[in-house]
Amino acid sequence: MNFWGFNISETRSINYDTNDKDMLIHVLQEVPSCKLCIECGGCTAGCTAGRLTSFNIRKLQMFMKRGENKEIREELHKCMLCGKCILVCPRGVDTRKMILSMMKYIKNNQK
Amino acid sequence: MNLEGKQQVWKDYQKEIADDRYYYARSCIRQTFFPGSEWAYLDILKNKLGKDVLDDPRHTTCTGIGYHSDVVPVQTIMTVVARHFALMTEAGYENITPSCITSFGIYTEILETWAHHPEIEEQIREYLWKATGREFKKPKNLAHTSDIIYKFREDIAAQARYKLVDVHTGRQLRGVDHIGCHYAKMFPSKGIGGAEFPAVLSGMISSWGGDVVDYPERRHCCGFGFRQYLVMANRGYSVANSKKKFESMRPYEPDFIVANCPGCAMFLDKWQYTISEMEGTTYGQDGYGIPVLTYEELAGLVLGYDPWELGLQMHQVAVEPLLDKMGIAYDPEMKYRTKEGKDIGRPKCPTYLKV
Repeated sequence: MNFWGFNISETRSINYDTNDKDMLIHVLQEVPSCKLCIECGGCTAGCTAGRLTSFNIRKLQMFMKRGENKEIREELHKCMLCGKCILVCPRGVDTRKMILSMMKYIKNNQK
Repeated sequence: MNLEGKQQVWKDYQKEIADDRYYYARSCIRQTFFPGSEWAYLDILKNKLGKDVLDDPRHTTCTGIGYHSDVVPVQTIMTVVARHFALMTEAGYENITPSCITSFGIYTEILETWAHHPEIEEQIREYLWKATGREFKKPKNLAHTSDIIYKFREDIAAQARYKLVDVHTGRQLRGVDHIGCHYAKMFPSKGIGGAEFPAVLSGMISSWGGDVVDYPERRHCCGFGFRQYLVMANRGYSVANSKKKFESMRPYEPDFIVANCPGCAMFLDKWQYTISEMEGTTYGQDGYGIPVLTYEELAGLVLGYDPWELGLQMHQVAVEPLLDKMGIAYDPEMKYRTKEGKDIGRPKCPTYLKV
């Protein structure tokens, strides 16, 4: 029982050296176009799921690059795979394939 | 850069510290949690260094804790501080030396405000006159008490009975210096070494034979922050800051931490217990914590004061591992006894932290 009345706050700092980058390596192998992303956020602006929920593809990419895979796991199922994000991407990133690749990674590496 | 150039640059990072005749301003936190520290400081200055220090019983809190917590208005704190200056003036002193880093920051902030806004100073003079009938002169020199110890560190080293060296192996003891944020981060020019290279504590460690640990989070705040600990729900943020520092310093295996801010010393000491109880983690060797000392206590140990007279039994983290390394003789039986041998009671033993 916690009789302190408080807990130690989790750190918000991102450690690029120690965070888990396995998902990023996997996705970059399957969808090399991810490297072209300039994080403009066009995908998020045009996203149908994003209009109804807190789903944010740009944020997902950012989480993946930081190795914060837990957050991705909680968000991915909101995507309806409509593919509108591919149409708006100015850099030609295959965003739908990226989402599918992330899903595949999570399915194969569920603990 | 050649050596002369470096020395020239370093000169810009120095501050003026008075030689003698100090008006002493006590700290609320230091005298409560580290009761031997202020006594040791006064004793060192008066009896070891032969300085004139006035410990005025009429001096009160600066109300800094209330001010930073938004319960004391700025005019009130300025008037309280003006009264301190009035007491100093009446006693015939011109150099004020606060023991607390918060007070040091408050005094600095108020003097700066008055320098830029003389009309505020006039208003405060009027408030003080109406409230107490006192008048004051502004101090000629404002220095924190750690500045004074820093100034006379070589004199202390000359009288030292112990060095910051492991007597068993001859290894220099590794010391972590922790500077209070309000010492040099608010007004960098008012601290020795400024905000970038604060040397006030590392200078002491080096002069007394120790080795200063330079670790990634060296300049990080201890997490004290008045609003963070006053509200219970926010204390998790406070402890998280200390934890970040402990984790960063742990690989360097420091033998002790020395702080010049009473609040930092308190939290770096007590949060080690909290973290050990919450997570089972300890940061020292063999299940002990890292001993946390105030600079007065460190100076006292070096000068050969009795550890229990310095009040080291009041610390949460046991200091015995450090005393053993330094070769300081102490009587474990007297740890929880007064000088007369009366039992003062023992604290409850922590679950994980060895004491």
